[in-house]
Amino acid sequence: MPKILYCHCQYAQVVPKDVKETVLRKLCESGVAFDAVADLCEMAARRDPALAQLSASGEVKIAACFPRAVKGLFHQCGADLAADKTEVLNMRTLRAEEVVARLAAEDLRVNIPMKGGTIAE
Amino acid sequence: MPIKSESTLRVVLYEGDGAAPLDDSFAAMTALLERGYAVTRTTSGGSVAPQTRGSLLVLGKFSDGRAPLAESATADVSVRFHDIAGQDAAGITALVEKERDTTGAAKHGEWKPWFPVIDYDRCTNCMQCLSFCLFGVYGVDDESRIQVQNNDNCKTNCPACSRVCPEAAIMFPKYKAGPINGDLVSSADLQREKMKIDISALLGGDVYSMLRARSEKAQSRFSKERDEGKALAERQKCLVKLAAAGDIPAEVLMSLPSPEEIARRAEEAKAKAAAALAAQRTP
Ligand code: SF4
Ligand code: SF4
Repeated sequence: MPKILYCHCQYAQVVPKDVKETVLRKLCESGVAFDAVADLCEMAARRDPALAQLSASGEVKIAACFPRAVKGLFHQCGADLAADKTEVLNMRTLRAEEVVARLAAEDLRVNIPMKGGTIAE
Repeated sequence: MPIKSESTLRVVLYEGDGAAPLDDSFAAMTALLERGYAVTRTTSGGSVAPQTRGSLLVLGKFSDGRAPLAESATADVSVRFHDIAGQDAAGITALVEKERDTTGAAKHGEWKPWFPVIDYDRCTNCMQCLSFCLFGVYGVDDESRIQVQNNDNCKTNCPACSRVCPEAAIMFPKYKAGPINGDLVSSADLQREKMKIDISALLGGDVYSMLRARSEKAQSRFSKERDEGKALAERQKCLVKLAAAGDIPAEVLMSLPSPEEIARRAEEAKAKAAAALAAQRTP
């Protein structure tokens, strides 16, 4: 079962509050073990060594924001995420139920963009 | 003062063997996250990231109300336990704050984490961002590759350098809209020339000489103004158009250094970029 990392995006209002709350509440109710951080951006800015611990721990599902941004933040911190082991769930665009369902699912749908995330026309 | 490279205190809400489930782990978790901590919830189901260094504070409702006494797991990790039976979220937070003071872990919340993040899949290392930024946010690594070096020098809510990047390679994760927020880049976004023209048309082709001119004009006009409140309002009005076009917050433009200082810093950044480009060309 992939590990779970939840980002609370504490220092901005870009992730809808109800989505954050529902996802966190469901995680707490689920009885599953997980990691939560206040703000991945803040940790990346400080080059927090904890990010390397999180990225080096195998398959992971990250509930945060856009996969391209999350990839860049970990890279900035010298803690590259493994593209074949990471699924990022975007709480800015997905509904809370969708995020919760993906966190609960046993499979991993890797989705970090590899070529700069250009939309094919 | 630049932010320090400090580790976040990791708090473990322990609900595994030898401990009872917490009464309201959601409330405790939320309160701790709002204070900037990293919080791990452990149960008998699932696994979490390991701890290889730093401080770990383990909280739980332990059997008999007695927390384990282990002080240190390895030389690099310090572990402390506390029993939190009967404590509410506020009590738990107070306990953690007290512990944080003794561990020397990072303090949070004094700075909004706003800074550029480079998408290296897109970046061509052209150095335009480095020569544009007046605040020394960018630098180069040992291999002359562009890098964000001084995150907290960045002006909060100002995404101007992302507009300058010809490859749409600069993201601000906390920005409101794509592709700057990290959303996928469409071909429309890639018609960056349009965006650039919008800005440079408004600024007369040179961002900084335009800012300089505006600042000088504003200074001479507003120095005659007795009513400071009115002066401020006027100044803000005249910056609105500029701010809207580049999406640069008026406060950022208002807080720009003196025209001489702007010129000096622009020269410095340009020289840094030129040196990095020259180093790239040298095999
Ligand atoms: S990574 Fe995304 S969700 Fe997390 S703090 Fe940064 S902007 Fe917010
Ligand atoms: S302006 Fe864009 S492409 Fe050029 S070095 Fe900066 S991030 Fe890379």
